Formats: sequence, structure tokens, C-alpha cells
Amino acid sequence: MHNWDFAATLGDIDFLLLGLWNTLQVFGLALVFGIPLGLAIALGRMSRIPVLSQLCSFVIEFFRTTPPLVQLFWFFFALPILISVQMTPFVASVLTFSIQSSAFFAEIFRGGINSIDKGQWEAAKAIGMTRPVCLRRIILPQAVKRMIPAFAERSIELLKTTTLISTVSYADLMFQANELASKTFRPLEVYTVVAVMYFFLILVFSQLTILLEHRLARSGEGTLR
Amino acid sequence: MTPAVEIRDLHKSFGDLHVLKGIDLDVQQGEAVVLLGSSGSGKSTLLRCINFMEEPNDGRIRINGDLIGAERGGKMVYRENELCKLRTRVGMVFQHFNLFPHMTVLENVMEGQVVVLGRSKAEARDKALAQLARVGLEEKAPEYPSRLSGGQKQRVAIARALAMDPEVMLFDEVTSALDPELVGEVLKTMRQLAEEGMTMVCVTHEIGFAYHVANKVCFLQDGQILEQGEPHKVLKTPETSRVRDFLDGHSLFKLPD
Ligand SMILES: Nc1ncnc2c1ncn2[C@@H]1O[C@H](COP(=O)(O)OP(=O)(O)O)[C@@H](O)[C@H]1O
Ligand SMILES: [Mg+2]
Repeated sequence: MHNWDFAATLGDIDFLLLGLWNTLQVFGLALVFGIPLGLAIALGRMSRIPVLSQLCSFVIEFFRTTPPLVQLFWFFFALPILISVQMTPFVASVLTFSIQSSAFFAEIFRGGINSIDKGQWEAAKAIGMTRPVCLRRIILPQAVKRMIPAFAERSIELLKTTTLISTVSYADLMFQANELASKTFRPLEVYTVVAVMYFFLILVFSQLTILLEHRLARSGEGTLR
Repeated sequence: MTPAVEIRDLHKSFGDLHVLKGIDLDVQQGEAVVLLGSSGSGKSTLLRCINFMEEPNDGRIRINGDLIGAERGGKMVYRENELCKLRTRVGMVFQHFNLFPHMTVLENVMEGQVVVLGRSKAEARDKALAQLARVGLEEKAPEYPSRLSGGQKQRVAIARALAMDPEVMLFDEVTSALDPELVGEVLKTMRQLAEEGMTMVCVTHEIGFAYHVANKVCFLQDGQILEQGEPHKVLKTPETSRVRDFLDGHSLFKLPD
């Protein structure tokens, strides 16, 4: 029977919290860059210019079908050879996960936008709105409400995938856990604490999105009523 | 007097399907014109060409004397921002209302004024409330559209179009999606607009409305105007058997006088 002892792990909890903070930075930035980029790619994909549309389809398919670890290694090890830049683990991580998640977000945006009744475009056009204005004022506010569950699910997936960045020696929560486990010889306790931290992180995140969904649903028609 | 709408030799095709085959139509200022015709005859397409929701393939359209588009090598070319501006001058109401569900009734009626015409929020609000009062729905201003009946939604859609101060209003079967008991309130609103001197072009199957409200009735058949004239003439003593059959079909089982 294992003799549980959390003293060493909890004694070094700051070390793990630093990792958590680093994880959140990459996660947050990947969302901040990935969501607008996803919208841009979705609009490109839906554009009537064939070249642009095909290019965006390709980007979406490429990043959805290649393993995220391969993408990360490519950005960390291969890209610096191509364009001779200094690549830090942090930059490579943010870059990889911004682009990778934007491909998924693009499909969510596209689905959301396409789910809005064509009559909405018509009505906006009939009072003189241009397509971009209609998109911003009429279509997206409705589409975003419907997209929240899919967004939340994808973001949680992203958060879990960020554990890969420990492989390029970025000091995320997973990396710090590995370090602490070998330092304290208490892997069971360390990984248990880390699992609980991820669990609560995702729990809080999904509760926030549900809250947001309810708030938006209250104004007009949403996914919930 | 310059006609509010002047259409000359209008043609519209969708791919190989030639839908409008040379329409000539004048709508005088303050006139209410009703378009009749069986399903697929091109009524909606004609309306949608008047506010350029569809771009004609050939022909000329003038709105209060202004030729829309520019002539280049015998063809008309249209710039998108010219068409957007034109659409503020020609309002349109649809069969399925198409209110913006994420906005209140008031916001629905303010939206185009603020975003397209650049009016201040305060001015747009006043105008919106005035238009809602005009269609008898001022007290619904803070509600969301999902709380309204079909007839109320359609009257809000009318107010939304009116708030842009259009020179012409287009109505495309605006009562066809309504429960029978709600048709009356919308027709009454339209009649009131006609009496106030609004220039309107209406596609409708309400023959009674055409008879009592229209100044002119046009019967469309296969993308052409088969008959046009004053309602009591076209509706009571049509010249062609086609129009007679159409009207008979619409007045089967009438109550005896
Ligand atoms: N956007 C479109 N694309 C292709 N065909 C269309 C389109 N809109 C209308 N049509 C066709 O044009 C014809 C006339 O349609 P429409 O103007 O809607 O008739 P109506 O309103 O008189 O019923 C129909 O055959 C219809 O299928
Ligand atoms: Mg029609």
C-alpha cells in the first residue's frame, strides 16, 4: 500500500502555481490570437474569391489533420532554420496553438454564420447595410451565441493539448510537475495535485462559459431559453 | 410629374432561366400598385429588382427621376455603395418579417437609421418611436420580437422600413405567412400608409385589398405584364381569359352578397 505524503508537493506548491500561470498565458494568448484569426480564416473560406477560399480550406484542413506535437516541433525546430529567427519555447507554443486552434475556431465560426437564416442578410441588405456591417451588427451577434458551446469544448481541448509544450522545455504546469516529481521522488502525489489543478481550471472555465451563455440568452433569442 | 418608379424593358435571368422578359412599369408618386400573378410568374423578382436586391440583366430603372447605375457600352453597371444608398430610398417588407431577434423592437427600428444613415441615437429613437406609433405598436418598443404575434412582427418590420424615410415601399406577400385572423391588422396598416400618400408596390393575393386600396393593378404572367389598369377594370372586367381564370380561382366559394 502506498504511503501518501503530500508534504513535499504542497511545500513546493508555488513551483506548480508558476507552471499553472505559464500554462494560462499560452492558453490565453492562443485564444486572443486564435479567435480573430479563426474568424478571418472562416470569412476567407466563405469568400467568393476561389483562390482565397481554397487557400483557407487548405489551412483549416492542414491544421486539423496534423498532430499538434508535430506542429509544435515544426514551429520550434524547423521554422528557425527557414527564416533564421530566435525561437523561444514560449513564442513557438503561442504561435502553434494560436494557428492550430484558429483552424478549429474557423469551422465553428463558419458553422455559426451559416446557421443564421438567409432572411437576416436580406433584411439588413434591404435597409442599406453593406455585407461587412451586416456581418458585424446582425449575423455575428446571433451566431456567436450559438457557437459558445462548441467554443467552450474546443477551448477545453486546447487547454489539455497545451501539456505538449512541456516537450519543448516551456515551464508550463506539466513541465513543472515533471521537475517536481523527479526532485521529490513523489510522482503519485505531484501528478494527483496537478490533475486536480487541471480539473478545477477546466471546471471554472466551463462554468464561466455557461454563465456567459445564459447572460447572452437573456437578451433575445439564444440557444437557451 | 416624375414617376416615383420608372421601369423600362427590364430583363432578369437566373442562369438559363429567363424570369423577367421586358417589363415596363410606371409607379406615380403617392400611388399604390398591386402586382398579381400566379406563383413563379416573377412577381418577387420584379420587386427585388426595384431595390436591386437582384441586379437586372438589362433595362433601366429610375427612382424619382434618378437613373440607377451607369451606362457602359450599352450595359448598365452598378456599384455596391450606390445600391446600398438606393436601398435606403426604397424600403422592403418580406413575407417572413426577418426582424433582428437579438434586438428589441425599438432597436430593430433604430438600427438602420444609426448604422446606415448615421443619425444620432437620440434622433433615431424619436423617429423609431414615431414610426412604431404609426403602426400602433409604440408600447411594444422594449420587447424582443420573439414576444410578438406574427401580425405585430410584420408591423414592426413595416416600421423598420419606414424609419429610413423611403420614397417607395415594396411589400412582398407580407400577409402570406400570417394566421388568417392576423391578416387584417397588417392590411389595415398598409391601407393607412396608402391613404397617407406613401408610394407602394405590393405583391399580394388579397384581391379585396387590391380592389379597395390600389390605384393600379398589374397582372404578371411568365415574366411579362399581361394586363394593367385601374382595379375595377382589371379585377371586374379583365380582358384576357388568363386573368379571368386567375380571379375565378381566387374567389371560389365566396359568400353570397
Ligand atoms: N435566386 C434565384 N435563383 C434561381 N431561380 C430563381 C431565383 N429567384 C427566383 N427564381 C425563379 O424565378 C422564377 C420566378 O420566381 P419569383 O419571382 O419568386 O416568382 P413569384 O414571386 O411570382 O412566385 C421561379 O421559377 C423561381 O424558381
Ligand atoms: Mg414571390
